[in-house]
Amino acid sequence: MNFTLKIWRQKDAHSKGEFKEYQVKDISSDTSFLEMLDILNNDLVHKGEEPVAFDHDCREGICGMCSLHINGHAHGPSQAVTTCQIYMRQFKDGQTIVVEPWRSAAFPVIKDLVVNRGAYDQILQAGGFISVRTNSVPDGNAIPIAKADADESMDAAACVGCGACAATCKNGSAMLFVAARVSSLAKLPQGRVEGARRAKAMVAKMDELGFGNCTNTGACQAECPKSISIAHIARLNREFLCAKLED
Amino acid sequence: MGCFLTNSSLGRKLVMSISGCFLLLFITFHMAMNLVAIFSADAYNWICEMLGANWYALVGTAVLAGGVLVHFAYAFWLTWQNRKARGNVRYAVTVTEKGVSWASKNMLLLGVIVFLGLAMHLSHFWAKMQLVELMGGHEVVLTDGSVVAPTDGAAIIQYTFSQWYNVVLYLVWFAALWLHLTHGVWSMLQTVGWANDKWYPRLKCLSGIVATLIFGGFAIVVVWFYVQSLCGGCPCCA
Amino acid sequence: MALKLDSKIPAGELAQKWSNHKAAIKVVSPANKRKLDIIVVGTGLGGASAAASLGELGYNVKIFCIQDSPRRAHSIAAQGGINAAKNYQNDNDSVYRLFYDTIKGGDYRAREANVYRLAEVSNLIIDQCVAQGVPFAREYGGLLANRSFGGAQVSRTFYARGQTGQQLLLGAYAALNKEIHNGSVKSYTRHEMLDIVIEDGEARGIIARNLVTGEIERHGAHAVVIATGGYGNVFFLSTNAMASNGSAAFQCYRKGAGFANPCFTQIHPTCIPVHGTQQSKLTLMSESLRNDGRIWVPKKLEDVEALRKGTKKPSDIAEEERDYYLERRYPAFGNLVPRDVASRAAKERCDAGYGVNETGLAVFLDFKTAIERLGKKVIEQRYGNLFDMYKEITDVNPYEQPMQIFPAVHYTMGGIWVDYNLMTTIPGLYAIGEANFSDHGANRLGASALMQGLADGYFVLPYTIGDYLAKKIQAPKVSTATPAFDEAEKGVKEKIEKLLSINGSRSVDDIHRQLGLIMWDNVGMARTKESLEKAIVEIAALRKEFWKDVKVVGTADSFNVELEKALRLADFLELGELMARDALNREESCGGHFRSEHQTEEGEALRHDDKFAYASVWEYKGMDVEPELTKEPLDYEFTHRAQRNYKD
Repeated sequence: MNFTLKIWRQKDAHSKGEFKEYQVKDISSDTSFLEMLDILNNDLVHKGEEPVAFDHDCREGICGMCSLHINGHAHGPSQAVTTCQIYMRQFKDGQTIVVEPWRSAAFPVIKDLVVNRGAYDQILQAGGFISVRTNSVPDGNAIPIAKADADESMDAAACVGCGACAATCKNGSAMLFVAARVSSLAKLPQGRVEGARRAKAMVAKMDELGFGNCTNTGACQAECPKSISIAHIARLNREFLCAKLED
Repeated sequence: MGCFLTNSSLGRKLVMSISGCFLLLFITFHMAMNLVAIFSADAYNWICEMLGANWYALVGTAVLAGGVLVHFAYAFWLTWQNRKARGNVRYAVTVTEKGVSWASKNMLLLGVIVFLGLAMHLSHFWAKMQLVELMGGHEVVLTDGSVVAPTDGAAIIQYTFSQWYNVVLYLVWFAALWLHLTHGVWSMLQTVGWANDKWYPRLKCLSGIVATLIFGGFAIVVVWFYVQSLCGGCPCCA
Repeated sequence: MALKLDSKIPAGELAQKWSNHKAAIKVVSPANKRKLDIIVVGTGLGGASAAASLGELGYNVKIFCIQDSPRRAHSIAAQGGINAAKNYQNDNDSVYRLFYDTIKGGDYRAREANVYRLAEVSNLIIDQCVAQGVPFAREYGGLLANRSFGGAQVSRTFYARGQTGQQLLLGAYAALNKEIHNGSVKSYTRHEMLDIVIEDGEARGIIARNLVTGEIERHGAHAVVIATGGYGNVFFLSTNAMASNGSAAFQCYRKGAGFANPCFTQIHPTCIPVHGTQQSKLTLMSESLRNDGRIWVPKKLEDVEALRKGTKKPSDIAEEERDYYLERRYPAFGNLVPRDVASRAAKERCDAGYGVNETGLAVFLDFKTAIERLGKKVIEQRYGNLFDMYKEITDVNPYEQPMQIFPAVHYTMGGIWVDYNLMTTIPGLYAIGEANFSDHGANRLGASALMQGLADGYFVLPYTIGDYLAKKIQAPKVSTATPAFDEAEKGVKEKIEKLLSINGSRSVDDIHRQLGLIMWDNVGMARTKESLEKAIVEIAALRKEFWKDVKVVGTADSFNVELEKALRLADFLELGELMARDALNREESCGGHFRSEHQTEEGEALRHDDKFAYASVWEYKGMDVEPELTKEPLDYEFTHRAQRNYKD
């Protein structure tokens, strides 16, 4: 298969970027999208040009590192997968593919398609944890947890922190990311203890970092590679408002 | 706690939700009241009189205006913030994501249409009714030169919707309102946290029903009076 | 001068060793902990849990990772689960049984005392993770659920769907975030350690490169902990993440730390087969699939032919025409034999010509029986995400046709040599998790890597590091303005300049791919004296070519992925040779190390306990100089070494 790629190239955070066009030829349909970029990059290196910088690591859809906006979709045209799980058979031979970095004020571009998602770390550092010390804990079975609650907690915990939600949201809102963490811990008795404090701290940090306001479009859950539901956003709203009403 | 309504994104959303809910209740009442005009001009005028120039009506009007202004001002404020959060460089290619409604992404646009419609509506009715009474006037001159009392709302309705262009403008306005509400109603519940996966289909269905009922209730009055004006002189209606 | 190896294994009964040791080692008072700095390199299960626990204790911790967030470390990709001897299933599990299974699974090439400690603290890990909010799978009664894993006859594996590694890492990462929030840990993301600084024979800090700006930074500390995982990417194609590398560990080795058992590589039996020459990464399918999946190839070669031609579908082959070779060869464990055994059995069938795809390098993993027995719904609940992933990659629906699998490089049991305190041969330098060699012997059991990473980080290192740091309470803050730091920084800068200046004709990936082929063909699942000698020569030649002809574009002072890869490949080119040398020296078969000359009549691994009951520890002598071998004898006091038997 052959493709025309229009890729965003930007030297560094301070430079102005632009689209550049590349041709890739004789790509097997079983090749993954990132392998196709590997092939392009290898060609560029041989030509003495700088390869396209893009984030990726595990290539199994779990580390959350890959982050490409392909033909208008965060993580490409397929539902419920990360960029590394996109295969070229999903595109038409000869198709033009436009590849952009995440666009969000809170995710500044570092180079080409690589952005800085440190803001997500900062939100979690503000309160996305349960304050337990190592070894200061009861037996694992001391507190039974209803299977449905554990399952729902796990649904939210599947978040890989890739940033697709904020990158997709027309408001640049990080609500789905924050909600996934708050909701996951709120569903567990262990997490309930500091639930109010957590919701307030994480929302405050999210606002401080310049993410936008959620308007419930649901675009985030549509593009989330782990299909995390906006029901968790409703729970975050509940947690936050109840916490504020107690203040 | 007062300040979280302004300095927190979730607080600001709560303001949108509560003010939106308040406006929804108001238009529901307004729609019900309009329907009365179909059945009895006297009954309608009696309601108008009750809501005329007295202190509780004035307070009600002020609160209502406040609600509209808050909802509107917050809408612009949030949108300004959201555009800033989105950043200066936009995507070259955008799509509508699966399952995402057009209305949900264009609430501000729809809101502006609703607001413009409201201005038109106020000039058609409020300016000829409550405002005139407040100014101490006792008669209103309509565009065709006829004169009616500001307390005779039914007559003003009858007159306004005998003009075809008003009918079209009002129907466009109601359509915008319909779209606004299809997203607004469930979004309001989502914002206060009354939603979950089981309830999304139900809430979205409820939004559709509420929006359609309100649209229908308003539209039927407009259409009724227009149709009546067309055959106003014919024997079947006489 | 040969390495001085003192394993510091405490005396006494096996079950008492760890308690006795903890009672005997020194502790540091809270007031003094505040004065001590620790560097942790790597933020996987080991690094994150260690940094969080050390931060809680009051030390000043700096943590480094090459990714944009600590949460990306490759521990996150572990799917199946984590072992613990809780005996919640009442199936007669115990600390001793977990210890025994692990020792046996490792083919009697691990230290008894270390493995026992690992089994002992395994239960604490589960408690810790539950308290952190890890959403482990639960039964309807609200209690923790378990599944079975290879190499064990009890159900002791705790899991969170197919994402156990992710959930455990998020737990450790949350603990880390808590300490970052509290100010005791400082996080340096997109930073790569490029050298370790040694002064007066002790670890004093690291040289790191800021991967965004290219700046070379000096960081001093009273102790340095290496938690950078394994070096499986020597093979180019592996289940490791693309950026996983052996460079941090290799720098320690280069600066004098002993490197133990480098040849012990785990080849995981259930990976998606290689599909072409353009592939950059292999994908693992969880071992948990072997709970319900049955592995087979056709009995008749004509069926194999028909499959390859596409004239027959796997489902067309009748039950009696299928060879469920694991069930046939190992009736007691069946499809749940340890990984090394399953991998070799697959290779044996494929070598005999029964491989089921065009390349002849694949066997079937079939869920037909399980779907008939349990229903599609149950299978979907258990493995839904894995089945989806398989379909996504191969375009084949595993509910209808069996999966194709083949072994691939997955984990390295070898690593930096450490004593019972997890300290390397360099005082003040520690290695934990996959980066060290200590607990898995010649083969690691499934669901034990997560256990070891967290055991080291939460429950071992925080105690043992105090024994060393207690001697440092009078030491001032480590200055980075010393000749040792100057020299290390200079070395790093020269290396970078050299790489950028070669401007040859071959890309880093081209050379890495070639190295991978040499490794897979000669130092892979089966090794011979000839293949290993050949590999040593070929790797040395390739290394020369690399330093003469590699092309690294871009600059030193910018975000430069090619430079990062080149620096890592430079180390792989030495590590690969070291692995081959170690494999050549070990003239026996054990665990993941299979020397074709040494096998039983039935084709099983044949150990030579009389000659090779030791850990090989190598000391660096220079790039093109043969390293020196020191042996740490593995005395088995408490277990009887037997030939591993998974048949009955």
